[in-house]
Amino acid sequence: MSVTPFIVLSAILFTIGCVGVLTRRNAIVVFMCVELMLNASNLALVTFSRANGNLDGQIAAFFVMVVAAAEVVVGLAIIMTIFRSRRSASVDDASLLKY
Amino acid sequence: MHVTAVQTDGVFSILWLVIALPALGALVLLAGGKRTDKWGHWLGVATVAASFVLSLILFFALLGKDEGERQYTQHLWNWFSAGSYSVNIDLLYDPLSAVFLLLITGVGALIHVYSVGYMEHDERRRRFFGYLNLFVASMLVLVLAADYVGVFLGWEGVGLASYLLIGFWQHKPSAAAAAKKAFVINRVGDIGLSLGASLIFVTFGSTSFAVVSAHADKASGATLTAIGLLLLLAACGKSAQFPLQTWLLDAMEGPTPVSALIHAATMVTAGVYLIVRSNFIFSLTEDARTGVIIVGTITLLMGAVIGCAKDDIKKALAGSTMSQIGYMVLAAGLGPAGYAFAIFHLLTHGFFKANMFLGAGSVMHGMDDDVNMRHYGALRKAMPITFATFGIGYLAILGVPPFAGFWSKDKIIETAFGDNFLVGMCALIGAGVTAFYMTRLMLLTFGTTKRWEKGVHPHESPKVMTYPLIALAVLSAGGGLLLAGDWIVDWLTPVVGEHEEHHLAVGAVGMSLIALAVVAAGVAVAWFLVGKRPVPKEAPSKVSVFTRAARADLYGDAFNDEVIIKPGVVGIRGLATVDRSVVDGLVEGLAVALTAISATFRRVQNGLVRSYALTLLGGAALVLLTLLAVNFG
Amino acid sequence: MSDFPWLTVMLVVPFLGAVAMPLLPKSLSVENAKRFALSVAGVELVLGVIIGLKFHNDGGVQFTENHEWIKAFGAHYALGVEGLGLSLVLLTVILTPIVMLAGWNDGDEGRWSPRAFFAWMLALEALAVGVFSATDVFLFYVFFEATLIPIYFLVGGYGGPKRAKAAVKFLLYNLFGGLVMLAAVIGLYVESAKAGHPSYLISDLAKLDISTDVGRWLFLGFMVAFVVKAPLFPVHTWLPDTSESATPGTSVLLVSILDKIGSFGMVRFCLSLFPEASHWATPAVVVLAIISIIYGALMAIGEDDILRLIAYTSVSHFGFIVLGIFVLNSQGLQGSNLYMFNHGLSTAALFLVAGYLIKRHGSASIRDYAGVEKAAPLLAGFLLISGLAVLSLPGLSPFVSEFLVIVGAFVYSPWAGAFAVTGIVLAAIYVLLMYQRTMTGPLREDNATITDLNLREKVAVVPVLLLMIILGLFPKPLADMLNPSTDHSLSQVGAKDPAPTVSDSAEGSAQ
Repeated sequence: MSVTPFIVLSAILFTIGCVGVLTRRNAIVVFMCVELMLNASNLALVTFSRANGNLDGQIAAFFVMVVAAAEVVVGLAIIMTIFRSRRSASVDDASLLKY
Repeated sequence: MHVTAVQTDGVFSILWLVIALPALGALVLLAGGKRTDKWGHWLGVATVAASFVLSLILFFALLGKDEGERQYTQHLWNWFSAGSYSVNIDLLYDPLSAVFLLLITGVGALIHVYSVGYMEHDERRRRFFGYLNLFVASMLVLVLAADYVGVFLGWEGVGLASYLLIGFWQHKPSAAAAAKKAFVINRVGDIGLSLGASLIFVTFGSTSFAVVSAHADKASGATLTAIGLLLLLAACGKSAQFPLQTWLLDAMEGPTPVSALIHAATMVTAGVYLIVRSNFIFSLTEDARTGVIIVGTITLLMGAVIGCAKDDIKKALAGSTMSQIGYMVLAAGLGPAGYAFAIFHLLTHGFFKANMFLGAGSVMHGMDDDVNMRHYGALRKAMPITFATFGIGYLAILGVPPFAGFWSKDKIIETAFGDNFLVGMCALIGAGVTAFYMTRLMLLTFGTTKRWEKGVHPHESPKVMTYPLIALAVLSAGGGLLLAGDWIVDWLTPVVGEHEEHHLAVGAVGMSLIALAVVAAGVAVAWFLVGKRPVPKEAPSKVSVFTRAARADLYGDAFNDEVIIKPGVVGIRGLATVDRSVVDGLVEGLAVALTAISATFRRVQNGLVRSYALTLLGGAALVLLTLLAVNFG
Repeated sequence: MSDFPWLTVMLVVPFLGAVAMPLLPKSLSVENAKRFALSVAGVELVLGVIIGLKFHNDGGVQFTENHEWIKAFGAHYALGVEGLGLSLVLLTVILTPIVMLAGWNDGDEGRWSPRAFFAWMLALEALAVGVFSATDVFLFYVFFEATLIPIYFLVGGYGGPKRAKAAVKFLLYNLFGGLVMLAAVIGLYVESAKAGHPSYLISDLAKLDISTDVGRWLFLGFMVAFVVKAPLFPVHTWLPDTSESATPGTSVLLVSILDKIGSFGMVRFCLSLFPEASHWATPAVVVLAIISIIYGALMAIGEDDILRLIAYTSVSHFGFIVLGIFVLNSQGLQGSNLYMFNHGLSTAALFLVAGYLIKRHGSASIRDYAGVEKAAPLLAGFLLISGLAVLSLPGLSPFVSEFLVIVGAFVYSPWAGAFAVTGIVLAAIYVLLMYQRTMTGPLREDNATITDLNLREKVAVVPVLLLMIILGLFPKPLADMLNPSTDHSLSQVGAKDPAPTVSDSAEGSAQ
């Protein structure tokens, strides 16, 4: 089994996520793009795990999933709070943490 | 001559008491506070008088010894030491210090008595006596010390006392300024003493007179000349010699007894003492002696010229003091031929100048502290005793036989001619100018007509003031006896070495006659210029360039102002700016620059998440590219 | 009781006092808390006198204690004093109670309580004792840096309007110096470890054979810290700024005691650990010292703020001290060793008396005074005596030291002596000009309310004045204490006094 198609897919997914994070303003979309990037890396990890015949990559993928889940919990809560107070989910509006 | 003194024993062991008594007096008076106000001045008089008695005892004890044995040292304690260098507080009692002891305590005691009357109405009289006692003690240290550093102790001590006493009436800004000026200019002279002592140490490994005098002949000529010139600088400061002369005229801001004691009879002659004491150095270096002669000659003429133009009686006398000390310095510069005469003139000058200063004080006392001679006139009737005593001092300074000044000044002029015709001529001309300004002073004060201000009632001073005047007048009249049978010359021989006699073509008597003729001419000029004409109450303003120069002290102050003080002020201001802007600015500037840089870079922190993300991406790409470049490059 | 840890006790007593100050019951009045602090300082003074009396002048380093501290570095808790260290410890314990008494009310209007003011002073005293008695370089470094803390709080909490900036400036300058020194301290460890057993004991380090280059670099590391501390041109500007803002008492502790760490360190570390480098650096240091003498004096002449003026005089005097150290002969070094003590006294007196004056009228500007002598004669008299001591009048203690330094400089090179000696004229100008402008002349109207000294103020300053007069005429006790120390330092650095040009005359001086 060739790993190339999987890696290419992972790279495409990662790039889509990356571009999304950089270009979209809506926090929810940015968030989804971050998830996309995480999952792209998960795909790569699992692929390599399979190719190498050991479980290291899969374990790492599980860690990433756990982290992603935790991130969703905290991140969505923050986005919700900001949306409630400012009536906007744009990441450009919430620029209070600056110099 | 070598200083090879033996330890004191018997009567000489009381030597330290001569210093200790006035020092104790000063301590009690200055630390005792108001409690001593009532009797303090008498304590001041008593300590100095007791010192005088001790000095007399010591003197006669020394007189009883053989000529070769007239040197005693008293070791008090070790002052400090470092490595091989050790300085002791030792006292040296020899014929030279013996005559100084008598002069300082004798004239000092008389002036103390006089001051009891003169300062009677001053509420700080006790403090005045404390300072006077401090002065006497320091002056005694100066002449008794057996080490150059010991001399330095007394040297600065008298400088301090002089500072305190010139500025005694320090509520007057002029007095305070004069005091500071005196101290600072004296400090310039002290450079000479500090460096001189350093050079002496480097050369001889010690600064005690005993060691230096024993080995002086082994040192190189250049070293000795350097030492001599450094000591001359010190002497110039203390004795108000050119070019450090400007402080003395201002010093007349002090109470008159101070002018008499410190700025006429004793302290200002310390420079002469230093040169004569260092005869073992000066005798070996012709060049340094030439420097001394030049300084002395210039000053004796300068002082005399300044004395001619002053209307302030004290300043006229101060000019005269400068001039007379110039004579002494000149004599000291003449080497073995002149040392003894320098000291002789120093003694007689101490008598007659103290006499005249106190006389001037008595006049001021009667004239409500007016010092302007143009407001005097015809005081001989109002103050007969002052007039008589002052007159004796006048005759003495003129050099009229048989008064003291005749013997001492005549000898100096004679010796100067023996050394160099030009120097002799200057000394002779100085004598003529002296005759002129002193006659002018006498005429303006005691002769001519009344020019008193309204409400002034001149009166004779109380007895406590006139008795010291009479005593000093007697000394001024009879001081010449010291030369009888060449006594003073023989007496000082153990200290300054064998006297060298010069023989003049005209002979000693001829020389005296010439000098007297010059003096007579000076008197006559004064008589026609001052005595025969009306004296205006205001000093005439249309005067010749020379008079104007003399009134401005021959521009000594102007020179200092323009060349030292003004550039100094500008320089210090500039330096302060440099300190703030450059030296401190570099450091403060670094802080400012750091702040500015961080202000620029923190702009990157703009709060936009997406720009952070872009930076992140850029960074990651950079790392990736680097890795690729390193691994596959 | 030869093993009794005297120096540790002297360290601990004021330190415990400082810790106890904030713990004292709240009900205790401020006055009583101050009295407590003063009595702690008094106990410390008694301890100081005791060790001063027990000290044998020729006994080398005494009251030694040595415990291993950090074995891996070779650091020890090692204390001990020789003549120089003892003289500075004595200076510390003499001046601390005097400063407390003189500045009794100076801490009342600070940012923190007066209790804290006195506590910091005690802490400072403890650390100063430590720094002068440490015989281990690492321990010395720890104390050296630790002294910055109390001073920082004393300056930043209790002083003039610009105190915050002054405190930061002080801290940054000294931290900078300290960090450079830290590098050199680490370098010493490396050298020491190379030779086998790492040890920070001075006695061990002195035996090290350090190569020329390394020695010079390490020397420079120490020297930078010490030159900042005993400020020489051009790193002196923190001193006037700090003195201007600190209370006079703090300035005394800073200038009279802590700045001596710099000059003390030069003798103790630079000369003894790096003899070769000391010889190498001598010309540069001598030039720098002479510049400082003249520069500091000129700045003092032009200064209007009395406190800044005194600070600049100290820059000039530190120039003399460093000059004396680096001419490397016994006159100069003995003069400097004496100078450290005497400068402590004279500057303390001048700062305190000037502080009395400023406290009364609320201004440090010379322009705001005239004719004060009339209103407060005793104050004027004390100011004059202190000033005369600062200008090194013979008969007052600083003279002996300054004269010896000038002689030493002259022995080194007549030019050095000639330049240094101009300092005595400039000193006369800055002291007397200040005295003339503030004290003499007609009394200014708003100066008429200036009262004369009260009993507390007199009691605080009189001992200093008396000590200066006594040591001026009879410096032997102090000089005898310092002489072996001087000889030892010179033998370590390998310097010999030149013989007088005209030989076989040395024995005559003993008469």
